[in-house]
Amino acid sequence: MTFEYAPAPESRSVVDIAPSYGLFIDGEFAEAADGKVFKTISPATEEVLSEVAQAGEADVDRAVKAARKAFEKWSALPGSERAKYLFRIARIIQERSRELAVLETLDNGKPIRETRDADLPLVAAHFFYYAGWADKLDHAGYGPNPEPLGVAGQVIPWNFPLLMLAWKIAPALATGNTVVLKPAETTPLSALFFADICRQAGLPKGVVNILPGYGDTGAALTAHPDVNKVAFTGSTAVGKAIARQVAGTDKKVTLELGGKGANIVFDDAPIDQAVEGIVTGIFFNQGQVCCAGSRLLVQESIQDELLDSLKRRLSTLRLGDPLDKNTDIGAINSAEQLARITALAETGEAEGAERWSPQCELPSTGYWFAPTLFTNVTQAHTIARDEIFGPVLSVLSFRTPEEAVAKANNTQYGLSAGIWTEKGSRILAVANKLRAGVVWANTFNKFDPTSPFGGYKESGFGREGGRHGLEAYLAPSSEASVK
Amino acid sequence: MSTVERLTVFKTYKLYVGGKFPRSESGRVYEVKKATSAAGAAGKANWLANAPLSSRKDARDAVVAARKAQAGWAGATAYNRGQVLYRVAEMLEGRRDQFVREVADAEGISKSKAAAQVDAAIDRWVWYAGWTDKIAQVVGGANPVAGPYFNLSTPEPTGVVAVLAPQKSSFLGLVSVIAPVIATGNTAVVIASEERPLPALSLGEVLATSDVPGGVVNILSGRTSEIATPLAAHQDVNAIDLTGADGDADLARDLEIAAADNLKRVRRPQAVDTDWTTDPGTDRLTSFLETKTVWHPTGSLGATGSAY
Repeated sequence: MTFEYAPAPESRSVVDIAPSYGLFIDGEFAEAADGKVFKTISPATEEVLSEVAQAGEADVDRAVKAARKAFEKWSALPGSERAKYLFRIARIIQERSRELAVLETLDNGKPIRETRDADLPLVAAHFFYYAGWADKLDHAGYGPNPEPLGVAGQVIPWNFPLLMLAWKIAPALATGNTVVLKPAETTPLSALFFADICRQAGLPKGVVNILPGYGDTGAALTAHPDVNKVAFTGSTAVGKAIARQVAGTDKKVTLELGGKGANIVFDDAPIDQAVEGIVTGIFFNQGQVCCAGSRLLVQESIQDELLDSLKRRLSTLRLGDPLDKNTDIGAINSAEQLARITALAETGEAEGAERWSPQCELPSTGYWFAPTLFTNVTQAHTIARDEIFGPVLSVLSFRTPEEAVAKANNTQYGLSAGIWTEKGSRILAVANKLRAGVVWANTFNKFDPTSPFGGYKESGFGREGGRHGLEAYLAPSSEASVK
Repeated sequence: MSTVERLTVFKTYKLYVGGKFPRSESGRVYEVKKATSAAGAAGKANWLANAPLSSRKDARDAVVAARKAQAGWAGATAYNRGQVLYRVAEMLEGRRDQFVREVADAEGISKSKAAAQVDAAIDRWVWYAGWTDKIAQVVGGANPVAGPYFNLSTPEPTGVVAVLAPQKSSFLGLVSVIAPVIATGNTAVVIASEERPLPALSLGEVLATSDVPGGVVNILSGRTSEIATPLAAHQDVNAIDLTGADGDADLARDLEIAAADNLKRVRRPQAVDTDWTTDPGTDRLTSFLETKTVWHPTGSLGATGSAY
């Protein structure tokens, strides 16, 4: 049985995208010093949305100088005043959240249901949460009068553009740092709209600077000698390059990198709920999530039953126009990412895994990839080891909890994991053994500003969110106590 | 009757790896001398002992031993780890005189100054013994998420930690970098001070008789750069404490670059003349911890949530 849905598109009229945008430096929009620009497109239609200034080294230097100049006054403000700026920002984001949700969906390709119900509420909540910390830092457990580091150079990915911006900027500002942030080249718009929000909030000039650009802009930013703190979310390869780049300096670094999360389903799990969790785990944001549950580990005795249910469920997923409120699966963010996913899926087939996708018509323009399952996957397969960052699930099986844990941990990564079982003691025992920073038991892909997020092993270091998230932006207590 | 002065028995200083006391597999040793200012007593020989000159292979063996011991040590109760660390303090107290002598020789300081260092080191074991079952409550806890979820963050040990012990403070500094690493359930491969390794090698003897499981602490002597380089690049080492690269910025940078290969947690060196007698705080404890956050739905009782 198939259901027919009438189109239910969210209106684009709530957002007004200008034909071009500048860099945001020292409170003003400006062209790049060398005049370079790049186009940002809607991955669902390949339509050009806007032309954006591309920051080069000279612009990085100017932005860092602006942030340095602003740091003196910003860090000297009473925490209660900094807090009020952040509360203002949180409120303006709430007020403009429909506009920002539509913008994000246009620039990123993810369904409006997600930007509206997940990204934007979390963005506002994150600013609201860290606003409250700004005047309570003495009580955060990092010693009396913990001090900010200075200028934070932050580089964020394209999968949750505005949410990643919030994760970076909110704690940095609350603790008294100033910021130069580089959004991803495929999704610069929401960060530039955020610049406008900073102006509306009356944020002092230079406290937040936004530099759209490619990887070389990010590298220039993290390499800048007057940057005190580097925060990066993105691939493990780039994370390692940054770790090498900052070696021997005084720069403090936090890295939030790749993952290959195991979603473990035991034989006593509630199947329907587990299926929903598996779908959320790997098809949320088209699987372009570092903490995705991209490896399904299912106990052998229920494998057939679970896979039947899962395939039935996948057949009901609606792929298409991201602005349609009924859409479950939106567009892949870029042609480059689509090519990467396609290549890895082909490798999966070539190495002998069995590929399955539901009947699924892909739009003729834009970047699309059907939800995909691989069975007969072994731990040696590339698709069981490499992060695909797309809607591709690799299914492996296990017999005992010990085997499940061993397989789950058999990865260079350690970001997330899921456990599905009705047995409480098994949840706790397995959670205890998993080498992962976030463990979702009988749920998956839940986020909250109060909840620390970050990886073990090569998924990076440092935590974002909660009291823990403050540490990345404060001088270590030993240093602070010397001052 | 002629008086013959009794000939003392020298100690063969050996490595401490996997709970055993091997020589370097390379068969190499190097001369350890009294710190120059200690040779003030003119005419006295400077030579103290021949210490093992550890090789890359010794470093790798130590990592294997540390990895083998890690799960068991991390899985021990925090209370148990606290008792074991306290036992180290007890054993040290009994061998206080030996360590005072070794520290005085190693650092070229008077017996009374050395005694103050040893006393502080013993007290430091007691301090960290008390931390094992408290740190989780200080750095972890429940997170008030905006939804019907139980959400708990707990600290876990990072794993195997390579520790470059400080070059100057041969014992108090050494203890101050080892104890916080193992208190939380990590295991350690420790590179002793290059020129002052003897108190560290003797500490191995104390650990071996203090209920510290073999492999939890492994102690190597030799050239710091020679041993640290393979440890920084080792894929089964999770973190590296560069304290002992103090005073060698090039080495510290090179080790940090090598450590990036598997994203080891890196603790950069601190000032060469660090005063190890000051309150250490929790900074070293938390440097080698990971935070794990577990979510679970809470559900609700009754349709209105009011029924209990």
